[in-house]
Amino acid sequence: MTRLWLWLPLGIFVLFFAVVANGLINPADRVIMSKMIGKPAPQFSLPPAVDGLPGVGVANLRDGKPKLVNIFASWCIPCASEAPMLEQLAKQGIEINGIAIRDRQQDLNRFLARYGNPYTRIGADNDAKAQISFGSAGVPETFVVDGKGIIRYQIAGDINPGNVGALLAALKAAR
Amino acid sequence: MIRRLLAPLLLLFAAPAAADSLLPDAQMANIQLSDPAKERQAKALMETIRCLVCQGQSIADSDADMAADMRSLIRQRIDQGEAPESIRSWLVERYGSWVSYDPPPSTVTSPLWVLPIAFFLIGLFLVGGRLRVKRTK
Repeated sequence: MTRLWLWLPLGIFVLFFAVVANGLINPADRVIMSKMIGKPAPQFSLPPAVDGLPGVGVANLRDGKPKLVNIFASWCIPCASEAPMLEQLAKQGIEINGIAIRDRQQDLNRFLARYGNPYTRIGADNDAKAQISFGSAGVPETFVVDGKGIIRYQIAGDINPGNVGALLAALKAAR
Repeated sequence: MIRRLLAPLLLLFAAPAAADSLLPDAQMANIQLSDPAKERQAKALMETIRCLVCQGQSIADSDADMAADMRSLIRQRIDQGEAPESIRSWLVERYGSWVSYDPPPSTVTSPLWVLPIAFFLIGLFLVGGRLRVKRTK
């Protein structure tokens, strides 16, 4: 019995080693999801980011129709890769409000000309205050907001064929 | 053959596709508040708020754009007279207690407080056992 006890420290060390090695070999995927899901969209009001499209504010989100709030930027590469998906969603009649993070008008115009413009509104969030209020940790991110302005769903990262189904389901549920 | 050698060399001159904003940092990101007492409060809070991009650094240490935005936000709100702990809980409401390096005591964090005391008591017990053995000899 005492012999077995002698092995205990080694056992603990092996366990410790395994935990640390596992953490090094498979680092945890730390995508920070917003804790605002199920809560009303935060107070914000952003000026128009480009000529010809209005800005975005929390009042626009409470007009009775569910919609998407897409947090993006012209300098963000995955935002360009999700552009065709947004285009498809816009063609289905889904309203997409854009929040452009730390962007310049000339860059945005070039981005929209090159990748298409699925947005009905784009607000300029030059100091990322609106983004932080939404609990968004990066670009691109997309929120589903229902007609009463309650945040219902979030996709952190680009919209792609793998996650668009869940997004559409969340939009349907928000109706 | 030459093409194979040349291609990597040409890469040296290629402009990298930078995924970063061209706008300058947010207004108050790197400018101290004029009131030293408020700046001290802001700095102390920034050192305990985790950067969402780099995740291993506080926003006071990080060069990420988002950290700069958060520093600016904290300075502006402290300047307006908001208490640091109220800003912290505003951020925790959005990102979870993950965003704070000073997590509140809870069932998840309780081992951090309880275990050192438990180890100390175990140590006392072991040492006590040793001393007693010596005395009986």
